[in-house]
Amino acid sequence: MNSAASLGCLSCATCSLVSRAPAAEGALCSRCGSALHFRRPGSIGRTWALLIAAMALYVPANALPIMLTSSLFGSQDDTIMSGIVFLWQDGSWYLALIVFVASILVPLAKIIGLVVLLVSVQLGTDWRPEQRARLYRLIESVGRWSMLDIFVVALLVTVVQLTALASVRAGPAALFFGAVVVLTMAAAQSFDPRLLWDSVKEPDERHAAA
Amino acid sequence: MNRAELLACPECDLLQSDSAVPRPRKALCPCCGAVLYQRHEQGLERTLALTASALVLFAIANAFPILSLELQGERTEATLAGAVSALWSQNMQPVAALVLFTALVMPLAELVALAWLLIPLRFGQRAPSFGPVFQLLQFAQRWGMVEVFVLGALVSFVKLGHLAHVEAGIALWAFAAMMLVMAAIEANFDPRELWTRVASL
Repeated sequence: MNSAASLGCLSCATCSLVSRAPAAEGALCSRCGSALHFRRPGSIGRTWALLIAAMALYVPANALPIMLTSSLFGSQDDTIMSGIVFLWQDGSWYLALIVFVASILVPLAKIIGLVVLLVSVQLGTDWRPEQRARLYRLIESVGRWSMLDIFVVALLVTVVQLTALASVRAGPAALFFGAVVVLTMAAAQSFDPRLLWDSVKEPDERHAAA
Repeated sequence: MNRAELLACPECDLLQSDSAVPRPRKALCPCCGAVLYQRHEQGLERTLALTASALVLFAIANAFPILSLELQGERTEATLAGAVSALWSQNMQPVAALVLFTALVMPLAELVALAWLLIPLRFGQRAPSFGPVFQLLQFAQRWGMVEVFVLGALVSFVKLGHLAHVEAGIALWAFAAMMLVMAAIEANFDPRELWTRVASL
């Protein structure tokens, strides 16, 4: 593949100017002054580290309550999942679906997807690079939506905490869940998608024109 | 300068010359399909105008309540700052910081960085610390989550509607409008054009 790196060129991560030799790894971009790298340094190790931390915190994020409600009628602790079930039974199935996708499906799919990408890069496979590139793009773009539940809890806590009849407090899962969102986003960000193409060796006609 | 016309795909590193890339509004990488750049007639001028309107909306969104709730004659309101301080007072400081960061600080940083880069350019000047401010902009675009916050406010709105009488505040509309304006900024802003112009000063 005609990658810039294989031809000795470095593209700047900040201003995307392509520098040729004698510019080398670590040199400064002549247009914007950022350090140049062929690939993001330590990409695989850093992504794994962030991802493993996210996996560990994903468990308490889902097992512990995210919202503690107490009123005259008693108190109730809701996990992310029980909150979704409550919405579903309440007839707001569309809300239940939105929250389910944003809070359960997206973080899980992100973690699994990044593991697949990392393993594929480390095995050096050239299996369906277009699909894997698309998977990466999807992971990058949907990751932010997991913050949804955090924002919902923040607003509910604020309006309800002041009323005399009921109080809503954020539960410990909010901490873990927030950390999972940040860690998975940082993991996706530290992964260098160009690694997916580095092991694609066979000459491809589509590149001939370029 | 010849090398300015070389282009490497940010996602697959395919090296290509810019002239080989067709010039529709959006240029896609022929290898992996990533967006290489998007070019608009006066994209940077439009970006600056949109930034100014987003800043006004930002001020409104933070000055007024997002939701107000009426329960048994009691009325409470939620502003963004109120939400942050409520979480803070419940010993949820990291979560409070996360909300503050993603819904307030980063969107503001994005707008200020854009103004910082674009206003001097309009007068033919290169803004001081151009490179670092551009990097801040890239970071802020990733971590600013106005659109997610708007959806979160809507979900809260419907959830609370089951319990009590809820009203959408002015800030909810301002946030929703800001979301649209920021999407328009993202669609019009072409970093490649920005760097080309700055380099030619």
